[in-house]
Amino acid sequence: MTASLFQGELVRLTMDNPETLAKAFSRWGRDSEYIRLMDGGAERMFSAKIIQSWIEKDFEKDVGQDFFFVIHTLESDHLLGFVSLFGIDWNHGNSWVGIGLGERECWGKGYGTDAMQVVLRYAFTELNLHRVTLGVFEYNPRAIRSYEKAGFVHEGRVRKELLKDGQRWDALEMGILRDEWRGGEKGRLI
Amino acid sequence: MDIQTQLFEGQLICLAPIDHEKDPEIESKWTHDPEYLRMLSAKPARPLSPAQIKKKYEAIEKEMDESRNTFYFTIRMRGDDRLVGFIKILWVEWTNGNGWVEEGIGDANDRGHGYGSEALRLVLRYAFAELNLFRLSVVIPEYNQTALHLFAKAGFVEEVRRREAYQRDGRYWDAIHLGLLREEWEVQVKEAAE
Repeated sequence: MTASLFQGELVRLTMDNPETLAKAFSRWGRDSEYIRLMDGGAERMFSAKIIQSWIEKDFEKDVGQDFFFVIHTLESDHLLGFVSLFGIDWNHGNSWVGIGLGERECWGKGYGTDAMQVVLRYAFTELNLHRVTLGVFEYNPRAIRSYEKAGFVHEGRVRKELLKDGQRWDALEMGILRDEWRGGEKGRLI
Repeated sequence: MDIQTQLFEGQLICLAPIDHEKDPEIESKWTHDPEYLRMLSAKPARPLSPAQIKKKYEAIEKEMDESRNTFYFTIRMRGDDRLVGFIKILWVEWTNGNGWVEEGIGDANDRGHGYGSEALRLVLRYAFAELNLFRLSVVIPEYNQTALHLFAKAGFVEEVRRREAYQRDGRYWDAIHLGLLREEWEVQVKEAAE
């Protein structure tokens, strides 16, 4: 057993109060680059007030459906993003994962890869899943590299799924199986 | 195709709305066939009563009305309107022009007669020539060779192979994601007309 299921080398996974989350999400939503990396649809801006009411409603509904965490740096305990296991097919042991680092000054420093490794360990050793799936846009090479480092394998590309600035872009899908994760040096339980 | 073309009528079948009176009994019977359910969905197979199906229909129509990104059709025999299946376009994402398709022919005796491929042909035309979508996706379990063949015949190509995404009867199977672009569909239609 590990004493630090929620902790990596650079970050820890935790949960903040709805008010704190809502303020951060609303602020991150003003960064169009971040939003375009996260979501393929048309983005609208929402106030912290309504985001908070959604989060509160979501918590009331069912705590066990999705596994949503926020990411804090170990160094300063600073909230920099979120990571979530969602859309879980329990009967098949498959889950989707989504990650976002809203604080853009934290990009390219290994925080995302570290958080992904922590959440994969959680998926495979706590939820006992068989595989984890993710989608990423081809215009996000930084994320693709990070997922490759965390052990994800390319499984295909959804052709021309996105239309941005008059150009069509592919969406990539990646997956990691429990066996593959165990083989990875970083993911291994200590 | 012109403005007079009947979008919802094929040679054998037609696309029609739900019949809340008659359909629940029939679809309830389909859900007692685990093979049908497993071909269709990743969810655990379970039988549903007519009352549960009725509720599901109400939810589908509510969703169609409110979200405007679901298009659900029943597949019925031409002539006597007998229900044989359903087909839907779902999760339409208008900004990029994407949609997903799902289709099922409920009774085993109704399979293999071309009802499914004809309904798919009608729905492709509806998706690309009426909704003006740019692409369609479908996800099919590896063990559903009939559906893989049917969608391949309609021009869909394999794009993603989600390895071991289904576990059934003690072994793992891949989930196969296929896609069809409007430009590919247009070439097909042109070639068929020549």
